[in-house]
Amino acid sequence: MSRYSIVSLLRNSLSYHQNWQRAWRSPEPKKRYKIIIVGGGGHGLATAYYLAKECGITDVAVIEKGWLGGGNTGRNTTIVRSNYLWDESAAIYDHAMDLWKGLSQELNYNVMYSPRGVLHLAHSVSDMQEIWRRGNAIHHNNIASEFLDPEQVKGMVPFMQMEGRYPVMGALLQKAGGTARHDAVAWGYARAASALGVDIIQETEVTGFDIKNGEVQGVRTSRGDIACERVGVVAAGHSSVVAEMAGLRLPLESFPLQALVSEPIKPVVDTVIMSNGVHAYISQSDKGELVIGASSDAYNSYSQRGSFDIIEDTLQAICELYPQFSRMRMLRQWGGIVDVTVDRSPIISKTDVKNLFFNCGWGTGGFKCTPGSGHVFAHSLAKGEMHPIAAPFSIDRFHSGALVDEGAASAVAH
Amino acid sequence: MLILDCPWCGTRDQSEFHCHGEAHIARPTDTEKMDDKAWGEYVFFRTNPKGIHYERWTHDHGCKRWFNAVRNTATDEFLAFYKPGEKAPAVGSDQ
Amino acid sequence: MSQKFRLPAGGRVNRSKLLNFSFDGQQLQGYEGDTLASALLANGVHLIGRSFKYHRPRGFMAAGPEEPNALMQLEKDPYTQPNTRATLQELYEDLEADSQNRWPSLKLDISAVNSLVARALPAGFYYKTFMAPAKMWMTYEKIIRKAAGLGVSPKAPDPDWYDHRHEYPDVLVVGGGPAGLAAALSAGRSGARVILVEQTQEFGGSLLSDNAEIEGAPAQQWIDATLAELQSMPEVQLLNRTTLTHYLDYNYLTAAQHLGDHMKPGTSKGPRQCLWKLRAKRVVLATGAYERPLVFADNDRPGVMMANAIRTFQHRYGVLPGRELVVFTNNDSAYSTAIDAAGTGASVTIVDCRKAAGDIAQSAASGVGIEIILNSAITGVKYSSGLKSVDVMSLNADGTGVQGQPRVINCDLVGSSGGWNPVLNLHSQSKGKLRWMEAEQTYAPGVTASINPSLSAGACNGAFDLADCLDEGFAAGAKAATEAGFEAIAGSVNAVTPTLGVGELRALWVVPCDHPLGQGKKKHFHEFQNDATAADLLLAQREGYVSVEHTKRYTTTGMANDQGKTSNINALGVVAQARGESIPQVGITTFRPPFEPLTFGAIVGQNCKDLFHMVRKTPMHSWAEEQGGVFEDVGDWKRTRYYPRAGEDMHAAVYRECAQVRQSVGMFDGSTLGKIDIQGPDAAWLLNMLYTNAWLKLAPGKCRYGLMLNEHGMVFDDGVTACIAENHYHMTTTTGGAARVLGWIEEWLQTEWPEKKVWCTSVSEQWAVIAINGPKAREVLASLTDIDLDAESFKFMDWRAGKVAGVDARVYRISFTGECAYEINVPARYGRHVWEQVHAAGQPHDIVPYGTETMHVLRAEKGFIIVGQDSDGTMTPHDLAMDWIVSKAKPDFLGKRSHARADITREGRKQLIGLLTDDPQVVLPEGTHIIAEVKPAPPMKMLGHVTSSYMSPNVDGGRSIAMAVLKDGFNRMGESVDLVLLDGTHVTAKVVDPVFVDKEGLRSRS
Repeated sequence: MSRYSIVSLLRNSLSYHQNWQRAWRSPEPKKRYKIIIVGGGGHGLATAYYLAKECGITDVAVIEKGWLGGGNTGRNTTIVRSNYLWDESAAIYDHAMDLWKGLSQELNYNVMYSPRGVLHLAHSVSDMQEIWRRGNAIHHNNIASEFLDPEQVKGMVPFMQMEGRYPVMGALLQKAGGTARHDAVAWGYARAASALGVDIIQETEVTGFDIKNGEVQGVRTSRGDIACERVGVVAAGHSSVVAEMAGLRLPLESFPLQALVSEPIKPVVDTVIMSNGVHAYISQSDKGELVIGASSDAYNSYSQRGSFDIIEDTLQAICELYPQFSRMRMLRQWGGIVDVTVDRSPIISKTDVKNLFFNCGWGTGGFKCTPGSGHVFAHSLAKGEMHPIAAPFSIDRFHSGALVDEGAASAVAH
Repeated sequence: MLILDCPWCGTRDQSEFHCHGEAHIARPTDTEKMDDKAWGEYVFFRTNPKGIHYERWTHDHGCKRWFNAVRNTATDEFLAFYKPGEKAPAVGSDQ
Repeated sequence: MSQKFRLPAGGRVNRSKLLNFSFDGQQLQGYEGDTLASALLANGVHLIGRSFKYHRPRGFMAAGPEEPNALMQLEKDPYTQPNTRATLQELYEDLEADSQNRWPSLKLDISAVNSLVARALPAGFYYKTFMAPAKMWMTYEKIIRKAAGLGVSPKAPDPDWYDHRHEYPDVLVVGGGPAGLAAALSAGRSGARVILVEQTQEFGGSLLSDNAEIEGAPAQQWIDATLAELQSMPEVQLLNRTTLTHYLDYNYLTAAQHLGDHMKPGTSKGPRQCLWKLRAKRVVLATGAYERPLVFADNDRPGVMMANAIRTFQHRYGVLPGRELVVFTNNDSAYSTAIDAAGTGASVTIVDCRKAAGDIAQSAASGVGIEIILNSAITGVKYSSGLKSVDVMSLNADGTGVQGQPRVINCDLVGSSGGWNPVLNLHSQSKGKLRWMEAEQTYAPGVTASINPSLSAGACNGAFDLADCLDEGFAAGAKAATEAGFEAIAGSVNAVTPTLGVGELRALWVVPCDHPLGQGKKKHFHEFQNDATAADLLLAQREGYVSVEHTKRYTTTGMANDQGKTSNINALGVVAQARGESIPQVGITTFRPPFEPLTFGAIVGQNCKDLFHMVRKTPMHSWAEEQGGVFEDVGDWKRTRYYPRAGEDMHAAVYRECAQVRQSVGMFDGSTLGKIDIQGPDAAWLLNMLYTNAWLKLAPGKCRYGLMLNEHGMVFDDGVTACIAENHYHMTTTTGGAARVLGWIEEWLQTEWPEKKVWCTSVSEQWAVIAINGPKAREVLASLTDIDLDAESFKFMDWRAGKVAGVDARVYRISFTGECAYEINVPARYGRHVWEQVHAAGQPHDIVPYGTETMHVLRAEKGFIIVGQDSDGTMTPHDLAMDWIVSKAKPDFLGKRSHARADITREGRKQLIGLLTDDPQVVLPEGTHIIAEVKPAPPMKMLGHVTSSYMSPNVDGGRSIAMAVLKDGFNRMGESVDLVLLDGTHVTAKVVDPVFVDKEGLRSRS
């Protein structure tokens, strides 16, 4: 892998950029791999990268139905944070945060991790109780955060309407939170994994599994059967579909989730601002677009569409908090498919089929954990035993009752 | 934006309705005899298919009654609507 | 000289109405009927902005919504509108426009230095650099962010308002050009309800851009006659200035009607925009076609336009934006532009990259003295404060290179045409498939999605000839009406002027120049607004970003605010040509809504400001307001939080209120509680399933407290339910849980237990609730009621009907404070009356009205939980020390089985306990955590957290109390625990039973 740097950029400009290498190889699939990753989104590619980099397993293929990062990796609102309530969640999301901090340098690909701060607004006494509880919990988990009173919020976000229908009573700020460039995460992991020997195979659909005596032997694909010792499925919204191929059911439902961007404008929103009370979150991309996330619809769907009502609700909330944005224009809206668990925590787990592992259920908030998820999943796949950070997210919790209930406890949109 | 045919009221806009997930999951009666796994499957596990989905809806801003629908989750096309307790209609093969 | 590029005659502008406007402070004039673009061009203004990345000077390219460059900041705060497309903005008196993305001025833009280092800034350069040192990224990013963006956000709240309309047309026709007008006519004649939307102010579409004749007369006559007939039809609505933005499922479409955007802001009292929400039986798409520019060297220079745009400016606005025109084309259609311009006396040259033009086109052009240079290409554009000349060279045999010496042709205007693209955005949004048209080298609509029945007609369907457009329009209108249930026949017209069609098109996706692509200083732009070049596309291919979505994202092609209207097909062509594939092999990207950027305001409509979310107020709200009560938001409700007296802060007021209730009496507005009337022979059976305790034997006149669980076994609501009569119950829920609980009950009744005879009705707003609490409660109530309040006969947890203050009431003797208490329920309209009577009757006892904050303290003194505060959806009744309420005898209730699961029965769960801080004056902040082992700094292992915490005047003569959840809490009674505040303060507290007052419960029974 030739390194990217300002020097290489200048050197290549002398040859009119004719000599850049492919970012990742595009090989023919082999007949057999040690480990196959199903799904070439951020989490799957990160898993492959850490398998190669940290576990010494390079005999790995990532099989992607479409194009890398074409699912939720390329459709999210790029928010990165780790201010989760429960210890189990804090552990994995903050593990990801640690990796985000050096990710551009590690991958030698600028993923534009930008710790511009994530602000959670509180609009009621119960919101205040929620952020205080969560703020204290993450503080003791060593996740730096601070409380802002309304004056401080106003100081940070001067254009916010503080005394609207639901007044801003305070906020929880995680300074290390922020955004990253979503496509770059997929591409950066793909490039680095490929350089370490991982085969990245796009436009190839997994159509089934070869399972003998309750143990997976390989995958069937649109380009033929591929044998392997172990499979990690990282198929996000389509996890239930892939699970069904192995005769499994998951505690998941797939819902439409929409997002939108405005036309680009000069910098006006410097931080990520989230409000659960008014149901709006907003940031501004480096290109200048306001990036706005909506709620998910409540019906199962794989159509990557959502209802217009949701867009209306979202923008009502945005214009309530920022009345001047009423004149801003929506440039583009789109939908993704989010796989949601009842406790709003992911599933990183073995299954009833031996050597078939799943990493899914990230719901509306998987992007932020891409490095952490890939890292612990890689270690789990390498050893055949769950990494300690991943262990609480086993499917078994839906039988034992040991949920990691971020939804019930904090009512936070993820 | 979907449009639904409430079996009690007729055709109405999606904004009047709310979806409540998979239909025809009967609540087990003899729960003491179920093991944790079977109970957990009932409470949390869903088919979540890409294709034909039998699902429950309520007409919240209307008759407030529950009903069932069959929808292709890949295209969002509705294939049938029927009242609770009615037999699920057979629809074309999974697309 | 003003308007020196205005032609002496022609155009649809009103020359009798002169309008003044300004651009970058320069005062200019145009006419009514102009767009901002045509008015600027009439004044010879081509330089109107700077490009996104390289800050290159940019000018107009198009005359309509596909314009990528001409985005302007319109007007000043609070009416300012960034990124206004000048080609769509109608001119009005005193319009103020400014160019964007330049500093300090358009002519001298400092960031244009980017152009000098452009060579080092290829597509995706930012992924390859700015990585070292790591902490510098935020600094780099700040600079990048400042340089990016286009216009400037408004700073003041939007003074305009917006509206919504809902319509259900039988046939919705999108596009008011010839095909759309014809479709509306056919459909309208059938009696169908038709809506025709047209984006601009005038109907006519392409007919306004040329000089066609229909039935032997100028097309305008046909337009006028058609509009007159349509206007005479009562079921037809014509909406001009209306942009169809979204085509969503089940033929749900939205259209933004621009009601005030053509007027000086602030002059109209009506809505600025109205969003039409249309549910159409059938849709006819007649959205026309966009010309595509040729991708040649320095094709972005101001003065280089699309050929048909020049023709539109000439015919529609009476403006020819140059004197010396070079038309550069790969097809016949642009010859019309050349011929029409020559007709005004302009000097015109045609550079045609084909070896021969169509016979008709060639002879028509030659006939008016136009020089045609065949098999040649523009290889360079000289621009220096205006377009000066172009270099023209001969193409080699396969069009991959040029040869010979360049010929310099002086010119001040270039019109390029690379063919035509049907406007497929809406068809694509409707999930329709596309079909490739080989001869025209473009896509046209293919199969439509079955849930979105639509027809495409005219140029958007690949029919570029006027006669075909009209025929398709008439036919589509008739077909749509027929499918919508009407009897329709297609209309028709006779003779129509033949259109100069595309003819034989030579697809030359990258026009070569004297340097290899991407080398040398010249740039071949395909994506203007985002500054992406053909070389960028090829770089993406070399680097493996070959999926069309990767190419798009890596080069940002099609991601500008025109959504690639001019760039998408060209990009596919460049990529296909480079790979030696066909365009369909390359694939296509998705068009996403909206078709044209749509204001948030239009989407929000009137659901903002006071109408954003409803405000629910209790019948006693006005009284509390008059008394200076302070309110808090609880869901939609405004609840009185406390009633401060002069000089009191919340703590002082609450302290006083709390003390007074326990010493004498207080009154509380409990009207927001959820209330459900439950009736039917199976009502008791239902309660028995919903609640964890036993309900079958509750007698009329009695009340009982219950906990509700979800099927996970976790507490999700609580409340008191009274037996009103046999088979009749009055259930109360938490304020926030009212709707959720009713929905929960209905779910079970309608889906699982439909055979059960029981009916539920929400009566939350029917009853006002006044709770009188305190040792003097009985005395206060006694003076107002005929109900026998004798403590022996009207016991705690009984209820009685009777008159209170002359009003029929139900009085429940239930208590959330642990005091003797009566909750008076009266019909809501008497709420304030009874409240005032109670207040008056309480004066001898100095009755104190109290709010939610005092209510919270008083209940905490008794250890009563608030669901959602002391429990959080992960707590079982056992965790809340409420085993006593869970029936062991009942065979089943909702959530029961979940309690037998491994994680619920294990040791060490978090359990609800009381805490007394060692220092009685320390009030722990709610959310403070109990720490296993205190360390100087985090991380520290947590054992639980404080859920409720208050200063209580009633415990030990005034001290703090708290409730908390603690791992294995029940086994730690009496132990000391450590808590660490955010500032590091270490607090110690003792674990105690959470009942701090009247442990025996005597007061409530007294």
